Amino acid sequence: MKKIRLLSVILVSLAGAALTLNGCSKGGSGDDSSRSGPPALNRALAAEPESLDPQKSRSTQAADVLRDIGEGLVTYTAAGELVPGTAASWEMADDGLTYTFRLREDARWSNGDPVTAADFVFGLQRLVDPATAAFYAAELGNVVNAAAIVAGDKEPGELGVVAADERTLVVSLERPTPYLLSLLTHPSTFPVHRGSVAQHGDAFARPGTLLSNGAYALADWEPGAMIDLQRNTHYWNDAETSIDHVRYHVVTQELAEFNRYRAGELHVTSTVPPENFEQIRADYASELHVAPTLGVYYYGFNLTRPPFADNPELRQALSMAIDRKILVERITGRGEAPAYSWVPPGVDNYEPVQLPYAGLSRQERNAIAQSLYRKAGYSKNKPLRFELRYNTLDTHQKIALAAQAMWREVLGAEATIVNVEFQVLLDQMREREVTQMFRSSWFGDYNDANSFLAIMQSDSAANIPAYSNAEYDELLRSAGEQVDLARRRLYLEEAERVLLADHAVIPLYFYVSKHLVKPEVGGWQDNTLNYHYSQHLSLGAVEGDTRP
Amino acid sequence: MLRYTLRRLLGAIPTLFLVIVLAFLLVHAAPGGPFDDERALPAEIEANIAAAYHLDEPLPLQFLRYLGGVVRGDFGPSYSYRDYTVSELIGRSFPVSLQLGVLAMLLAAVTGVSLGVVAALRQNTALDKIVMGVAMTGISIPVFVIAPLLVLLLAVQLQWLPASWTGSDSGSRLLLPVISLALPQIAYIARLTRASLIEVLSSDFIRTARAQGLGTAAIVRYHALKPAMLPVLSYMGPAVAAVLTGSVVVEEIFGIPGLGQLFVRGSLNRDYTLVLGVVIFYAALIVLLNLIVDLLYGAIDPRIRRR
Repeated sequence: MKKIRLLSVILVSLAGAALTLNGCSKGGSGDDSSRSGPPALNRALAAEPESLDPQKSRSTQAADVLRDIGEGLVTYTAAGELVPGTAASWEMADDGLTYTFRLREDARWSNGDPVTAADFVFGLQRLVDPATAAFYAAELGNVVNAAAIVAGDKEPGELGVVAADERTLVVSLERPTPYLLSLLTHPSTFPVHRGSVAQHGDAFARPGTLLSNGAYALADWEPGAMIDLQRNTHYWNDAETSIDHVRYHVVTQELAEFNRYRAGELHVTSTVPPENFEQIRADYASELHVAPTLGVYYYGFNLTRPPFADNPELRQALSMAIDRKILVERITGRGEAPAYSWVPPGVDNYEPVQLPYAGLSRQERNAIAQSLYRKAGYSKNKPLRFELRYNTLDTHQKIALAAQAMWREVLGAEATIVNVEFQVLLDQMREREVTQMFRSSWFGDYNDANSFLAIMQSDSAANIPAYSNAEYDELLRSAGEQVDLARRRLYLEEAERVLLADHAVIPLYFYVSKHLVKPEVGGWQDNTLNYHYSQHLSLGAVEGDTRP
Repeated sequence: MLRYTLRRLLGAIPTLFLVIVLAFLLVHAAPGGPFDDERALPAEIEANIAAAYHLDEPLPLQFLRYLGGVVRGDFGPSYSYRDYTVSELIGRSFPVSLQLGVLAMLLAAVTGVSLGVVAALRQNTALDKIVMGVAMTGISIPVFVIAPLLVLLLAVQLQWLPASWTGSDSGSRLLLPVISLALPQIAYIARLTRASLIEVLSSDFIRTARAQGLGTAAIVRYHALKPAMLPVLSYMGPAVAAVLTGSVVVEEIFGIPGLGQLFVRGSLNRDYTLVLGVVIFYAALIVLLNLIVDLLYGAIDPRIRRR
């Protein structure tokens, strides 16, 4: 009996401890916000940002948060147009190799310190410094000495970015880079407060120590749950900021996200669950935002192994046999556009080249595909057998099954579809030993055709098919020398034509961004970049419901 | 008792070492690396990143470096949370899992035992069948079905409770996860208690107690319940460990920043240090909980203590 009593004492004290812990854990996260004071904007993140260090972060989720708390020399409007950010103005030299940026007088860090040209130099040097181990270090490749510094052959101090005075920044380039301004909106190019790095070292990018120069400042970060931002009153354009408090909730499950939105816990979702899309389209017509975005879903060939190496006609036959319209209408069904080019529509200064057969009817395509298939030496009695690998996900599986059926029906080819875990697929794609055909996707890092075309150059790390064509490389190299945008565009389009004629990849569809946005959120504008800065949003009268 | 405890704790060291070796080999054997992505990195950048995390060193050296850190209590930096160390992450998420787990196990123990006793005393009546039927359902329906249903009903439709961890700052955010976690445990404990109590109630010493004129309530309270709790207790040890280290599914559904979520994220991202850290922590916790259960066994059953 005594022991039982002892046991219950232990249990009760454990319960007490558990409740106390609850009290502690909520203490840090600004629990006043959800009940009193102005309401917070609640946004969803589909994954946890791996870092809020501008140079060390990598994911689109980290970039989304960083665009709220930091600002580059150049930034975007709510509609996705380039506008001056921390730089008030800039000039490009006639040869396109030097840009001179003039910073705003009133640009301030969240502690009131002025944002100087030296802060930008520090951030950009930090980006290329091998010690930082930055994922985006190669983005600055065209800046003088950047590549050599990344390779460890030169010192970060030798980077072609100089502070001419406190408010003047000069960027020197090795080649014309018409997309430089677009690059300078990317969080990896954001300035860093030198004092805070000197004081806190690598741990500077955390609540309490991270100083930001954007519309918001990092107030709290509960890993795995939430990132809390408060208005940065020192921001130069603070007068235009409407919402004081922004909370990013980490929600990895699409269905859970939708339920939280319905329960009133989220104002903006990061996506929409595919299973319920038709119902959502009907029930939430005015809150659903679907917009084209700069991303392509594709099947790639392993060009180093049979049966696809040196066999462009066979590749073309497989590409032509896929009816992309069926894929986007019956499977993805969320407004995706069928892809007949590698570069998505909507890229600045560019008109994507179409695959030659884009305009043909279904029957015409199939007829050509069948004759190409026979020409490659395959027939009913001797069918092509190959393997398509994709990473485990419902949508990928459905698309693979459809493609498998189309290849069988149109050509008689026998595809085996194999699903593997994402990291395993990445490994296999890289090794190029077991893969024959694989599923992948590519999203533009900046709004320029080069962001898509450059990865298919022979020496690009992201060139998973191992595509190699001297003519293509030469066209892109020539395009890189052009200052005149119209001429450059001709080279880029010709390069895409070459790429498509070689059928190194089968572009299937272009992604769309999908969000549910509550009616009380104002200022939301769909854009191809899928960037939605909190500073451009506002919260109207919240209808009755306030959460407990 | 103290010597026994010390001996058991020392005996855990080789176990933990073995766990570390195996876990280290397994995570490194998994295809892919922590920094692989669809946007593959240029070779120089990959080399810089590998160097920054010592991933370019030979595996034995990496192991020794890691082991050296563990001995000093340093589990290394996380690869997927680059601003945090593994120790910090475990330190932040364990209290969350602990709090949920303890509350869920308390709810499960109290409800489960009560239901089990009722069912055992009303054996083969309608009440027994109902309780056991509900328990069977609780075991059969997986938590990833129950939890979203609870959310739909109580958070979306009725709006009584928050749908997620970050949906509220008050304790109400604990309710749905705790219930979801406890339901299958309640069912299991109720069945265990019922079976065990029925067996005890038919043994000789209970018959003696009855012959002496004791009422059923007194017999259950003073004589039958304690021995009937032994199987329940041995079930609770590992169950508590499992619940404390976080239920992956419940944490994902409610967005709870607990250990389970951390572990899954670590595994998917090949975050070697994070996975290893959680595995070692989990192993140490199981060793500790098993020891506690063994000590409690002794406390409840004098026969074991005397041996």
